Amino acid sequence: MQENCLLQMHHIDKTFPGVKALSGVDFCLRKGEIHALMGENGAGKSTLIKILTGVYQMDGGEIRLEGQPVVIKSPQDAGNNGISTVYQEITLCPNITVAENMFIGRDSSFFVKKKEREKRADEILTKLGIPARSTMQLGSCSLAVQQMVAIARAVDMKCKVLILDEPTSSLDDKEVNMLFDLMRDLKSKGVGIIFVTHFLEQVYEVSDRITVLRNGELVGEYLTQELPQVELVSKMIGKELEELSSLGETEETGDEEKEDFYVAKGLSSSDALAFDFNIKKGEVNGFTGLLGSGRSESVRAIFGADKVTGGNVKIKGKNVKITKPIDAMKHGIGYLAEDRKRDGIIAELSVRENIILALQVMNGMFKPISRSEAETFADEYIKVLNIKTASRETPVGSLSGGNQQKVILARWLLTHPDYLILDEPTRGIDVGTKLEIQKLVLKLAEEGVSVTFISSEVEEMLRTCSRLIVMRDRHIVGELKGKELTQTQVMKTIAGGDA
Amino acid sequence: MKNAFKRIFGTGLGQLTIPIISILLLVVFNLIRDPSFFSIGIMHNNDGNIVLAGNLISIINGASELAVLAMGMTLVTAACGGQDISVGAAAAIAGSAFVKVLKSAPAINGGIVVLAFFSACLVAVIFASFNGTLVAVFKIQPMIATLILYTCGRSIAYWINGGATPTVSSPIITGIGSFIPGIPVPTPVIIVLVMAVLFKLLFHFTSLELFTQSVGINGSAARLNGINSTFIKLLSFIILGVCVAVAGCIGVSRLGLINHETLLLDVEMDAILAVAIGGNNLGGGKFKIGGSILGAYVIQMLTITLYAMKVSSTDVKAYKAIVIILLVVIGSPVVKAKFGKFMGNVMKKNKKVPVKGAE
Repeated sequence: MQENCLLQMHHIDKTFPGVKALSGVDFCLRKGEIHALMGENGAGKSTLIKILTGVYQMDGGEIRLEGQPVVIKSPQDAGNNGISTVYQEITLCPNITVAENMFIGRDSSFFVKKKEREKRADEILTKLGIPARSTMQLGSCSLAVQQMVAIARAVDMKCKVLILDEPTSSLDDKEVNMLFDLMRDLKSKGVGIIFVTHFLEQVYEVSDRITVLRNGELVGEYLTQELPQVELVSKMIGKELEELSSLGETEETGDEEKEDFYVAKGLSSSDALAFDFNIKKGEVNGFTGLLGSGRSESVRAIFGADKVTGGNVKIKGKNVKITKPIDAMKHGIGYLAEDRKRDGIIAELSVRENIILALQVMNGMFKPISRSEAETFADEYIKVLNIKTASRETPVGSLSGGNQQKVILARWLLTHPDYLILDEPTRGIDVGTKLEIQKLVLKLAEEGVSVTFISSEVEEMLRTCSRLIVMRDRHIVGELKGKELTQTQVMKTIAGGDA
Repeated sequence: MKNAFKRIFGTGLGQLTIPIISILLLVVFNLIRDPSFFSIGIMHNNDGNIVLAGNLISIINGASELAVLAMGMTLVTAACGGQDISVGAAAAIAGSAFVKVLKSAPAINGGIVVLAFFSACLVAVIFASFNGTLVAVFKIQPMIATLILYTCGRSIAYWINGGATPTVSSPIITGIGSFIPGIPVPTPVIIVLVMAVLFKLLFHFTSLELFTQSVGINGSAARLNGINSTFIKLLSFIILGVCVAVAGCIGVSRLGLINHETLLLDVEMDAILAVAIGGNNLGGGKFKIGGSILGAYVIQMLTITLYAMKVSSTDVKAYKAIVIILLVVIGSPVVKAKFGKFMGNVMKKNKKVPVKGAE
């Protein structure tokens, strides 16, 4: 047992039906430190956090807070013990004021003391340097500020342990920095912060210590400055990193001679401004740009996901009309949507049903895929894509994020598309799966499938794409290929202004 | 035995657990109360046919309209995440149309009955399409959308036969409503069986089940996978429309007359209840038609049991409510989760698995 732990989790066990989610995991958070919790999807990070916040009950083990054993049976217990969590998705109410959000559900008096609350809220906001006023409507603040208000609420609840679960996913760089300043400030005030994220750079920027989990087991605890980034990644995925670098540069020989698979002129939709676009057979290209630059809207227009308002589309040289998803599917286009939960999985249906869905739709309602055929398909793709699931009949919603993503990939691969659009296929999933998906993209291209790839991580796109289309403020502002495909060049084009 | 036990309790509670357990409980209760409750006799009815008789037969027979409606209601519930509360009124319309066609023929023969039935189906499908359009195209909540027909349906039924409650007397109609000579099983029971088989075939030869569940669980994802969710929702209403026509025609044939005021009165709430007791999520998504059919029999068995106990018909509703409260609470996610956990622990102890880290 280590001394001076603010929060100590000792030998935590947790089993779900068919899966050992955590076995004998130790975790120690010290006063005034930022401690990153790292691991692939399915490593047990979320389970550990949920045990700590009372969402799940542990099967075995012990939690001590400042040396005293505590029992956490519900989120209320966690709150009473000074453990607060701020989740990736904002869980506050956008249509009421900042002050109301900060005090909602924890005022003991029946009568509302509005002025008093607002004064108190402003005090906290100023103290933490959060650029918001208590009387503003929460919905009118930027996402980052909303995130910070959530933290301010947690801090005001006298928290000793603050858990930040993927807090930066929807923030831009500037907002991330604001958040980090706040984290450092809290740290200096003695709060222990558990930081869960997929962004390695951010871990190195703010954290003091790193605990790595893998397959429900503790790999180790390290001082951030003593653990090189490459080693961290290899500890997370449990294999050396040769593969990462061996993916290497994409060769683009003879791309020029290949024929166009898809050409659009002046394509526009209810959400996308008119743009021109083309992709060759077997080409991997990508849309890049900041969040909100219109990259997702553009690919949605290609797939007919939003209302198409104009433009001329040719596939294999023939004029075609794509106004709804089924049209695109019939022309051999597949689309993996950006928001996996909202637009991808059918959570309560089985892995098998989710995999055959798109193919079944293309076959039509009157040609159902037989049960045995569906089982063969499902088993095949579970094996090929290495999908970790208890069985093919498991509801897909109970799989980890990365595996859900693989199920949707399987769904589209099963339709044998000529052209696959992947919008953020690697968001929020672990390093190992990211690599697998990147490799898969390159393999598909070799087989002659055209792929459009969108990712927030420029590095990932540079590794896979042979051509990058850069967007800013809903317009295409540049196209990079060959030698121009460098991180600095991409950044410059995104930023614009010939600087 | 152990396997059957495991299948029912397995990991948590299966969807059919509640209806099956309720039926078993009702059976056990009745066996203790009066074993003769289940005696099935063979007797001659008024027409001189040899037929089966007994409480069990009247339960299964009496639940027929409800069972047919529950099947269609399940599909609408799954696709739209809401319920059609106009099925009783729509059945009165379909029944009126059925009688209207029968009455307009000089003599009732097999062909006329078939024609009348198809007319009833057509009328019911037209009204169902109206409901379906409001829900699928205009995205109105099902209960609000069908409130319109719920309110005005029986007036429309009234107009069809000019306000009269005409009777139809024909051996064919009697045959549909009670027994076909030579077959000792009530005809409505056979019709339920036929409908159940038709649904089974529908799900076997089309992928309607997968599409309906996809639309019900995640409409946005279903759309991006090329499913026309408007069509699927509309289709669910149309299929319910056919079920409404079938139920209406059974109801009319039973009595040999159409009473637009009383035909299948208040049946919509029982149909929704049957869907719920059948373990289907009233918010849409995954469904089991078989559960809803069992649910219909549970409701009817409960009613007949209460009548057999000489509970007056005014009190029956109150007693029914008490049992239903119990059923829905037991079937609620909270109790299910608790029970699943409890069963999990029992299983663990039986297997004597050393629980790691429990020290």
